[in-house]
This record gives sequence, structure tokens and C-alpha cells, in this order.
Amino acid sequence: MNHFPEAWGRPRDDIYGPYNPSYLQTTGPKTHTQSPAVTGTSVVAVKFNGGVAIAADNLASYGSLARFTDVKRLRKFGESAVIGFSGDVSDMQHIDRLLESIDIRENYSTHGNTMNAKNLHTYLSKVLYKRRSEFNPLWNHILVAGFDENKKPFLSSADLLGTTFSAPHLATGFGAHLAVPILRRLFPDEESIETASKEQAVAALRECLKVLWYRDARSLDKYSIAVISEAGIEIEEDQQIEAQSWAFAEAIKGYGAQVN
Amino acid sequence: MTILTGQPPSEAIGYSFAKATSAPVREHSFYPYTDNGGSTLGISGSDFAILAGDTRSVAGYNINSRYVPKVFKIGGDDETGEGAHILLSVVGFAADGQALKERLDAVVKMYKYQHGKSMSVRACAQRLSTILYQKRFFPYYVHAILAGLDEDGKGALYTYDPVGSYEREQCRAAGSAASLMMPFLDNQVNFKNQYIPGSGEGHALEPKKAEPLPRKTVEQLVRDAFTSAVERHIEVGDGLQMMVVTKSGIEEVYYGLKQD
Repeated sequence: MNHFPEAWGRPRDDIYGPYNPSYLQTTGPKTHTQSPAVTGTSVVAVKFNGGVAIAADNLASYGSLARFTDVKRLRKFGESAVIGFSGDVSDMQHIDRLLESIDIRENYSTHGNTMNAKNLHTYLSKVLYKRRSEFNPLWNHILVAGFDENKKPFLSSADLLGTTFSAPHLATGFGAHLAVPILRRLFPDEESIETASKEQAVAALRECLKVLWYRDARSLDKYSIAVISEAGIEIEEDQQIEAQSWAFAEAIKGYGAQVN
Repeated sequence: MTILTGQPPSEAIGYSFAKATSAPVREHSFYPYTDNGGSTLGISGSDFAILAGDTRSVAGYNINSRYVPKVFKIGGDDETGEGAHILLSVVGFAADGQALKERLDAVVKMYKYQHGKSMSVRACAQRLSTILYQKRFFPYYVHAILAGLDEDGKGALYTYDPVGSYEREQCRAAGSAASLMMPFLDNQVNFKNQYIPGSGEGHALEPKKAEPLPRKTVEQLVRDAFTSAVERHIEVGDGLQMMVVTKSGIEEVYYGLKQD
């Protein structure tokens, strides 16, 4: 022991040799996500009479590279809700771990209360808002589908800034531009949502995903779709976009193969 | 003493420390705010105060949702708002607005539990200013308006900037269309640039005195201000949510606005 307290407990150079000090960095920048790396594109969802339908493709892109083509971006929470993730996939997996621990805690608890989709959305939006306030955001835009405390269909969104909003039809990313207008045309008002059947809602989502597959360069023709209704959650994870017609592509002029 | 390195042993024992780096401070490319658009408007009368806001939520040129309220009852029941006597409107960054509303709501409730009486609007106004100023260097990016009835039963309206500067006013428009609505209110509520005909020679006319307006007139002014703002501002529309505080409680009315 010497009289340099800051040296106590450190390896002596004469015994262990000088240590590469670059491994001892305590200063320097603390790195937070400044931009997402592996990302998922749009999630689309719509309410119908008695439930909510939600869909997302199975692609995780690394920039413009279609890196992982079998990634499930819809997550079931208990028997009450489905969460659709777009944005950073590693942050999605982090949120997935948070949800997993809540789910386990709830299943082991004795109070018998389970979180519904609305509670889950509140929780997730607070996590996202807290992280953005720490300048360390979770780079996701999520949709939560399920039922509220009055057993009414619930659909709401939360993004990396903690902004939340709810609407009868929602879509993240490119879907906000391409899918929402299609859904708004099919189901223009509250009344048409309340009379829409499950089949109509699912067909509408499949149509939206097809348009996204045609026009979103970061999308895939393999997708997952989930329906949350009174009967429970039906989730299908290996869907294929059917009846494609690329005839429209012939007519596109001005860029690509046909410049003039 | 084992010497593991080929270095000659020296009298002074050396230790390895982290070396200070001259790594440049990296700039965050994450911007923690967004503008969710919309406008709010408050007018106070002799025995009432009105707070109104449109219900559109935007992100750039996208409409997030057609129904996201900006006016909230403070200190009432969580679900129904029953028992509230104070109104708060927030416009700007919706996630901060939500967080601010929840904090103020908790404060007003705690005040009642701890003191056994409801918080006066004056006290609530001062507290809201403090809450905003506490985040002076990472502000809640919102323009808040607080409304209620003062100790004499007169309509009270307090307006804020994002860092907590506040004053009591007769009328105030906030948000994206504030610059369109405020001059109209100056003229119609405070009778700016209005003179009593024939009260003097040339330009030496006597200005028309501002006085509290009756409730029907004020409600019509609010509707006119919003229908006009909808015509000229793309971020305003979809619905008008209007809340009126009187001594008998809070009344809420909703009018549809153009959705284009």
C-alpha cells in the first residue's frame, strides 16, 4: 500500500506489465442510438366490428440490404393484445424482453389482474418517452392492438418521441403514406368501422401490404397478420402476397429501365 | 516478486490509468421534439371561461389522427373528469403536453388530499409556471393555457410560454394558427382599433372600451375563429373541442370541422 489512494487495487505494471490504457476509457463519449441499424418497415392495422386486425412484413433491413427475411414483428402479449413494431430491430428485442418480464410477473401474481391493450400502450409510451427524455431513444414506432377495459376494440400508436395517438386505422413508416389513404377510403367513418367484418378488415390489410410491396423498396412479400377478437388472438406468420400484378410497372416512365 | 515482462524493474512502481482522450464531443443527431400542430384558444367572461382546441394531430404533412384532444380537465376523475374545476390546454409537442397535463393533474389531486380543499386557479397557475420553469433547459415544448374561475367567481385565464412565463389575460390564441386568430380576437374581444363613431374630431376618436362578453357571443367567436383558421392553415381541422367552466361545473361540446 502506498500513499496514492487512486492507485490502490490497480495492477502493478512491474508485475503485470503496462496495461493498454485504451481499454480503461472512462471518459469520452457515451454512445446512444443516433440512428437505427437493422430496421423493420411499416406496420398497418385497422379496427372492425368486434376486434382489430394488424399486419407487418417479415423483413429486417440493414440499410438497403434485405438482411433478415424471417423476422416476426408482431408480438402477442398474453391473450389480450398484439404489438406491431417498426424501426430498430434490436430495440424491438429489448422492448420484447421488457414485455416478457411483465407477462411472467403477471402470470405468477395472485391478484389475477391482467394488463389489457390500453394499459400496455400506456406502459410502452411511457418507456419510449422516458428514453427520449434521456436522449437515448428506443428507435421504434409501435402499434398496439387489442381491447380496452370496457372490452371495446382498441388501436393506438406510440413512437420514439413518446407521441401517442389513436385512430380507427393506423400505419407506421411508409404505410402512413400508402396504406392509410387506402384504409380511409375503404372505411371512411366511425360507422363503416363499426359495421366492417373481420374478413373485410383482413382483406383490406392484405391489399395495403400488396401496395407496400409494390412501392416500398424496404418491404417483403412474406408477412404476418394477426386478428384480435372476442374469440382470442389468431396470428399467422408465414403469409405470402398473392395475385401480384406488375402490369402497372410497364407504364412507368421517367426513371428505371425506361428513361424516356 | 515475479516479473512477467522483460522490463527492467524500477524503483518507482508504475500503475496503469485510463488516459484522458481528446475525442471530440459528438453532437447528438437525435432531435427530441416534434410539432404536432393544431391550435387552442381561450376567452374569459364575467362568470365563465372557455377553452377550445381543434382535434387534429399532424406529423409534417401527415394527419396522425382526427381526434386527439388538446383540452383537459384537471384534478377530476381519471376516466370521466368529474369533479374538475380547472381546464388546461396544451399545444405544440403532444408527448410533452401529455406529460405536463399528467403532472399538473397529480399536483392538483395531491393538493386536495393534503389540504382538504380544492386548489384555487391562482395557486394552480403559479404551480404550472414552476413546473414549466423546472425544465428551463430541456423545456416542455408546449404553449399552455389554464382556465377556471377566480376567488370572485369571475372567469380566469392564464397563458404560458414553454419555459413558464405567464400572465392573466382576457383572451389568447396559441399554436400553429395563433397568428391568424389572435388579431381577430384583439379586434372582437378587446375591441382594438374600434372607436365610438362621432366621439371626436378627425383621428381623435374615443376608443371603444373592452368589457366581458356574454357567453353566447364568445362561443360564436370561438367557432368563427376556428372555421376561419381551418380555411387558411393546413394543420388545423377535423374537430373543435370546446370546454366551458361555470360555477355549475364544466360543459364540453364538440363541433365537426372540415377534414381537408
